[in-house]
Amino acid sequence: MRSDTILEVRQLSHLYANGQGCRQIDLDLYPGEVLCLVGESGSGKSTLLDTLAGRRVPQSGSLRFRDRQGTFHDLIHGDTATRRQLARREWGHVFQNPRDGLRMNVSAGANISERLMALGQRHYGHLRAQARDWLERVEIDPARLDDLPASFSGGMQQRLQIARNLVTAPSLVFMDEPTGGLDVSVQARFLDLVRRLVHEHGLAILMVTHDLGVARLLAHRTVVMQHGRIVESGLTDQILDDPQHAYTQLLVSSIVQA
Amino acid sequence: MKIEFNFAFLDENTKRMIRRGLLKAVAIPGYQVPFGSREMPLPYGWGTGGIQVTASVIGRDDCLKVIDQGADDTTNAVNIRSFFQKVTGVATTTSTARASLIQTRHRIPETPLRPGQIMVFQVPEPEPLRTLEASEQETRTLHAYQDYGLMHVKLYEDIARHGHIATSYDYPVMVNGRYLASPSPIPKFDNPKLHHSPALLLFGAGREKRLHAIPPWTRVESLAFDDHPFEVQGWEAPCSLCGSRDSYLDEIVTDNAGSRLYVCSDTDYCTSRREEA
Ligand SMILES: Nc1ncnc2c1ncn2[C@@H]1O[C@H](COP(=O)(O)OP(=O)(O)OP(=O)(O)O)[C@@H](O)[C@H]1O
Ligand SMILES: [Mg+2]
Repeated sequence: MRSDTILEVRQLSHLYANGQGCRQIDLDLYPGEVLCLVGESGSGKSTLLDTLAGRRVPQSGSLRFRDRQGTFHDLIHGDTATRRQLARREWGHVFQNPRDGLRMNVSAGANISERLMALGQRHYGHLRAQARDWLERVEIDPARLDDLPASFSGGMQQRLQIARNLVTAPSLVFMDEPTGGLDVSVQARFLDLVRRLVHEHGLAILMVTHDLGVARLLAHRTVVMQHGRIVESGLTDQILDDPQHAYTQLLVSSIVQA
Repeated sequence: MKIEFNFAFLDENTKRMIRRGLLKAVAIPGYQVPFGSREMPLPYGWGTGGIQVTASVIGRDDCLKVIDQGADDTTNAVNIRSFFQKVTGVATTTSTARASLIQTRHRIPETPLRPGQIMVFQVPEPEPLRTLEASEQETRTLHAYQDYGLMHVKLYEDIARHGHIATSYDYPVMVNGRYLASPSPIPKFDNPKLHHSPALLLFGAGREKRLHAIPPWTRVESLAFDDHPFEVQGWEAPCSLCGSRDSYLDEIVTDNAGSRLYVCSDTDYCTSRREEA
């Protein structure tokens, strides 16, 4: 194990009552890296992501996170207050459906400021300045600061989710099919933005996608899941150009044919 | 036919249950304690929570005052007062100074409260985060972890839309530096009276089945931003009846031409000032 691992996953399982879910997952994530989870529908990608992000409680295994100060946190046995604090300060979560990741009934500015206020910022003028700055960084006209997210296009809503999360400079962002609802051209712009921000901020991103094209464009490493297990993982180019596991070969060839 | 009531209408077990809840509420200032709200002989929204709290703490030596929007003589105030007269036989008063127990809707009296007095507030919605977060489980979690960024989202949005914090009643407070609480729909004008109040303040929400409390001398802060501090309402003119410049005034339209008068909302305060003059 490298000493700079930020997320260390060992033999982690989360199973639903029906036996579905994800099982015996081993995974390491490093600072500044984009890792994509791919696999067919129902293979357990979202279950794994949610478990890693603390939104589901695993039945077994271990899960540790290293914060910017280098302190390791046991996310399973550690106390909930610390985990919530970490989630606010160190993590982000971008959802496929913007309704799950945004407050639709308050302005874009309030959406971006929420995490800052949760961390104790109490100066309205400063909050707005930061929100405006982040709108610009995610390529939304700062004049839209007081508009409701519902008046934004799908692509803008996803970019607003990014701004709302990155405003506290997290070190790790979870994304579940963030481009799932977007047109191809809008998708490309979003992925460009993500790539730029990863580069600028040294973010680590754990992204679920069923689109190997997204993985190819963005991911340093790719993890392939089937029936709740990891069947293959490695450098993205390696996985896509020279898949070893029969299921990955099938997945890759189906893309090539399409 | 003569109908017999237990003292204060509720049976002793119910009163004991509510008092246990109140003790817990006093022990954890601002924390919402669930209780088994009873059916009362009036509908929700008419103060069933406050009435149950009053019924649970009232004793034979108490002197009860009931106000609604500051007035002792509105239908609601008169009915609740006569209800307790009937089921307890205790003395009643309109004088804030003479009362030992005050049940209120929407106001705190202008006459400063004193040690030993108890104020009972009628509360429609005890959860300050409710308009922003519909899930009870989630709001409880937010309280448990003192995760109150959400409340500032509301104030932020107020300023973004209106240029200032437009919330003017039921203005959220932080109790004892720990729990975010809703002070019931009193005007924010009354919020400073919550801070270090010499009297015990009890809050009862009948429909939502919650109690909370602010014990005497507790620190109570109204939320704000550094560059948008908490401010109370002010009026340009004094009360047209008693001349008070520091009481909460209601606007009264006096004719079809739209002439207006401003008068104290606290009728006892206004009357006693006029009697003194
Ligand atoms: N709450 C639940 N209760 C029971 N089974 C569930 C639940 N959620 C998901 N599952 C099952 O667990 C398996 C993994 O689901 P999961 O949502 O993690 O898959 P996924 O890889 O994200 O799929 P998709 O690409 O369709 O989003 C599936 O068989 C699914 O039916
Ligand atoms: Mg999924």
